[in-house]
Amino acid sequence: MVVLLFVFVCCITVNAQTQVAAANSDIMRSNGKIYVVMAVVFTIVTGLFLYVFSIDKKISKLENK
Amino acid sequence: MIRKGWWKLFAFMLLFYVSTYGFIVKVPKLDDRMENSIRNMFFHVPMWFSMMILLFVSVWYAAKFLRTAAPKDDFYSNAFAATGTLYGFLGLSTGAIWANYQWGSPWSGDPKQNGAAIAMLIYLAYFVLRGSMTDDDKRSRIAAVYNIFAFFMLFPTLWILPRLTESLHPGGQGSEGNPGINGRDMDANMRSVFYPAVIGWTLLGVWVSTLKIRYELLKEK
Repeated sequence: MVVLLFVFVCCITVNAQTQVAAANSDIMRSNGKIYVVMAVVFTIVTGLFLYVFSIDKKISKLENK
Repeated sequence: MIRKGWWKLFAFMLLFYVSTYGFIVKVPKLDDRMENSIRNMFFHVPMWFSMMILLFVSVWYAAKFLRTAAPKDDFYSNAFAATGTLYGFLGLSTGAIWANYQWGSPWSGDPKQNGAAIAMLIYLAYFVLRGSMTDDDKRSRIAAVYNIFAFFMLFPTLWILPRLTESLHPGGQGSEGNPGINGRDMDANMRSVFYPAVIGWTLLGVWVSTLKIRYELLKEK
């Protein structure tokens, strides 16, 4: 929360472009939200694999009958 | 081979690595126009690489079918074409999402966007062609010939024409470098996630295609 406030202050005050840029590119990591994106994508990938795996098992069962 | 499990588990491990480390790996800070959205390199670009590989396998089996006339080859050709086309549409959509934030609008009439859309329409016509015929043998033969044409059309639409004119994509006239094969002068950190991403997404596409093939083979019995 404090880090977020700090980042916003950096953006608002008149600064050299590089300083604002430094704050901007790490915004998602500094407020921890990048891990939310990571978790979402990982969940999607895992869900996809579980689905494909279950179809694979069903087909294997039919083939072995 | 298509029933073996090791390469499927390997695909999952690669994509697990890409979908986690891909968000943590340090990306170069340039002029801050791209910022962290360059991480799309691990998702959008592999869609196209995988599509090329899958559609190549499809045309390989199409040519094989024209030699052997074995229905199995036609099943392989159809399945890989379907997954390849799906990846192409995923590439178009992920590209439009990225372009919306990077270039200002989801569709800019960029040569590569147009080329990709045309290439996808050509492959959609392949499926319409298949659906329009009822005689199995005739359908497989004509579809195989069209598949070969469709595959070779990928080259002017995706690789040649977009590089001859000005383009928003890297590699167009006026910008440097070959965007595809040299890893786009990618930072070593990014390359360590990019290549596994290409392999992982391709293997997933192969897995889905093999399921379709096995299903068609079962139906035939």
